[in-house]
Amino acid sequence: MSETSIIDPTDAEAQNVSAVAIRFAGDSGDGMQVAGTRFTEASAIFGNDLATFPNFPAEIRAPAGTLPGVSSFQVQIADRDILTAGDQPDVLVAMNPAALKANLSDLAPAGTLIVNSDAFEERNLAKAGYDTNPLTDGSLDAYRLLEVPMEALTKEAVKDTGLKGRGVLRSKNFFALGLMAWMFDRPHDPTLNWINHKFGKDEAVRSGNELAFKAGYNLGETTEMFRSTFEVKPATLPPGTYTTVTGNQSLAWGLVAAAQAAKLPLFYGSYPITPASDILHELSKHRNFGVRTYQAEDEIAAVGAAVGASFVGHLGVTGTSGPGIALKSETISLALMTELPLVIVDVQRGGPSTGLPTKTEQSDLLMVMYGRHGESPLPIVSISTPADAFDTTIEAVRIAIKYMTPVILMSDGYIATSAEPWLLPDVSQMPDISGSFATETNGEGGEFLPYLRDPKTLARPWAIPGTAGLEHRLGGLEKQDGTGDVSYNPLNHEKMTMLREQKIVGIADDIPEIEIDTDADADLLVLGWGSSYGAITAGTRRIRARGLKVAQVHLRYINPFQRNLEEVLRRYPKVLIPELNRGQLSRLIRSEYLIDATSYSKVQGQPFKAIEIETKIMEMLES
Amino acid sequence: MTDTEARYSRQDYQTDQEVRWCPGCGDYTILASVQKFMATLDVDKERVVFISGIGCAARFPYYMNTYGMHSIHGRAPAIASGIAVARPELSVWVVTGDGDSLSIGGNHLIHAMRRNVNVKILLFNNQIYGLTKGQYSPTSEVGKRTKSSPTGSIDHPFNPISLALGAEASFVARTIDMDRDHTNEMLQRAYDHDGSALIEIYQNCNVFNDKAFIQLTGREERELNRIKLEHGKPAVFGPDDEYGVVIEDGSARIVEVSTVGIDAIHVHNTQASSPAAAFALSRLSHGPYGPTPVGVFREKPRLTYEDGLQKQIHDAQADRGPGDLQALIGSTGTWTVK
Repeated sequence: MSETSIIDPTDAEAQNVSAVAIRFAGDSGDGMQVAGTRFTEASAIFGNDLATFPNFPAEIRAPAGTLPGVSSFQVQIADRDILTAGDQPDVLVAMNPAALKANLSDLAPAGTLIVNSDAFEERNLAKAGYDTNPLTDGSLDAYRLLEVPMEALTKEAVKDTGLKGRGVLRSKNFFALGLMAWMFDRPHDPTLNWINHKFGKDEAVRSGNELAFKAGYNLGETTEMFRSTFEVKPATLPPGTYTTVTGNQSLAWGLVAAAQAAKLPLFYGSYPITPASDILHELSKHRNFGVRTYQAEDEIAAVGAAVGASFVGHLGVTGTSGPGIALKSETISLALMTELPLVIVDVQRGGPSTGLPTKTEQSDLLMVMYGRHGESPLPIVSISTPADAFDTTIEAVRIAIKYMTPVILMSDGYIATSAEPWLLPDVSQMPDISGSFATETNGEGGEFLPYLRDPKTLARPWAIPGTAGLEHRLGGLEKQDGTGDVSYNPLNHEKMTMLREQKIVGIADDIPEIEIDTDADADLLVLGWGSSYGAITAGTRRIRARGLKVAQVHLRYINPFQRNLEEVLRRYPKVLIPELNRGQLSRLIRSEYLIDATSYSKVQGQPFKAIEIETKIMEMLES
Repeated sequence: MTDTEARYSRQDYQTDQEVRWCPGCGDYTILASVQKFMATLDVDKERVVFISGIGCAARFPYYMNTYGMHSIHGRAPAIASGIAVARPELSVWVVTGDGDSLSIGGNHLIHAMRRNVNVKILLFNNQIYGLTKGQYSPTSEVGKRTKSSPTGSIDHPFNPISLALGAEASFVARTIDMDRDHTNEMLQRAYDHDGSALIEIYQNCNVFNDKAFIQLTGREERELNRIKLEHGKPAVFGPDDEYGVVIEDGSARIVEVSTVGIDAIHVHNTQASSPAAAFALSRLSHGPYGPTPVGVFREKPRLTYEDGLQKQIHDAQADRGPGDLQALIGSTGTWTVK
């Protein structure tokens, strides 16, 4: 299954490679996320296509040197369009024995292994559970092992900076980064500028990191150990201006953009929770956009405050992860009953309960679909990639306002924290998604009827405080159709239940139908949603590269489904649904359409690999 | 309103909905007091918002011809906070009960007061769960026999005034449903206060906890038991002001004025730098058993949450200009492909 790595730094002169995946791995305090992110930025500016996969423990500083404390960052850079961070790294940088042990099994056959040899002493080896030193016992013979005494070399590099004690070794991530910058011929400036910006206030730290980075680079250039560099040419991406975004960042920007497109002030109520907190962090920086972030006392208050803001004419949004959705569900139902626009972001993580807070999963789908009391249908839209978060967020807001309904916006930990290049849109071309506030009474007797619906969308009017003559009371008790007065009438309850349902069902008329542009005549269709887009698409490309046919559909709309989804699925004798859960979309499809879809499930807290999708498709094509 | 005609009458604040509390419920009196009070204000009716949670008291917004929401159990302060933060120009009121705000919604209540969001919270305390037909509440006395405590409640109750003071509330007051003039005065002072305000209203539930407040409302008992707090005045009470409050070592106790002299009596200060004396006063009674202070315990303005937020928005716009979305999405570094 695995492919032998094409990288060999000990062998030839500078080589061209099309794509390479590098993983930095160390203790959670070793700065691996920083090293990986800096390598990513330099590669983006260089012009490669790229995809990243940060993978870190839930503990801020797990016990040093232990397996649970290992943090890693994988980035794939390429001269062509790529979709994932790579199934297996070609290069693994391991800062200690635990990092080696936790990551070695992923390294490509004959992959390059760069280890911080200073860390391979008795105590660290014991902490990682090694009986013998892997650097000397021959167990790494199948790899291209390069031992670098990073700690000693970093100490030497920073000796004149005034850094002392632990501060000295803090810079070793930049040493490792410098070495990788040499090996892959990365531009220096982005990293050096970042160091200056970030540590400008502390000269010792600033110069220490810079010197360590340069020492790593120089080691590559001068020592015999490394004989070649690798050239990964810029990718031929469509022309335009690009940036690198994580999913949380582009989702946050999507909210700011959607508020502008809707001509509403943005109110974001949230309670800190991994992996959604970065949305709150990002939005809280943008007070000059009029963004009101509100760090509430708990998840329930966060959504409650957002509902309050929506009631008075703001764009109310709340963001959380699975445990927070569970807490918010009663208030989401209130927003559903009062028919107020609201966006609820679910950045999914491994569950149930606290589960795997920093790991990805797609296991909240049935909760957001069905996990509320009463008959309580809501639209669900789903983000596929970090860059896609921007547009999908705007779409969620559009639906919320137009249909006066809460909308669930699904993301996950992988989308939230990983990064990819994003062709920046021209925001002056954004669609107008604004609704309108009611200003006049709408009843025949000159009264205001808060539940008199638009006959087409079934949305009720949005009348906000400050509008004279439209004073009205909303509430969680069942409403009389039209007047909105409290009603316990049996037939009225049934009618209102149907109306709430029909309103959501009708959204299907307002979203584009599915089109299949490649291999529409295949025998197998792969249906996916969420962050598995990259792995599924890469997997289907590999199938086509074998000369076989496979069709693919990736859903943005999960409730309602697109109008022609059933018809599309019925064209294919075989339907495969890979998901990072136990088959939740698969259950929806089977129950909705009685289609015998095959579920492919993975619940390891890790994204799919392209090869896993490829293998599964092959298995189905051959069966 | 003096010589000019009031803009509104009580009728303007009434709705066409039939009021459905039990006959004789204290809520009727409070509703009448609030409607009458609101009509005296020089505030556009359409800028008034009433938010409630769940419980008997929570039906209140349906009977107020303003914008309003009858929300879910305990969450009214959270929803109202979002409203006040989004639209600081609105006059936002929360109507809640002792179960709603001190049990299921306790967290939201304390944080609304801590943040000093400009929300006026009317806490109808009847020391019982009424809507669910008579279980003990977080303000019921120990030993109370109810449907859910047939052998007597073993829950130690909250003292709502002590709780509010401990939660950094900038305005805390107590009044009694039957005393409409006093209620009106407390409403006015809460309204005038810039920031969160909590008014605990002793409210008689004549079905499940009748006469719980008889010591403060009974014709014979009330003069002996109502300690009317007034800023800058000694805390004295009784038919001839013969009783008073002294505070020693952080604790308040009742004395006969003649035995200690008027100079020893605590002079009430609603704006003291520390809420300690107000807290000591609040401890004089746990529920209205014996002499009980009513009136404003504390009235100490400080920066409201929404003013702080508006200032940050204003400063950010003055500093960086209104947001430029195109610049924002390129703010973390860009490169160009030709």
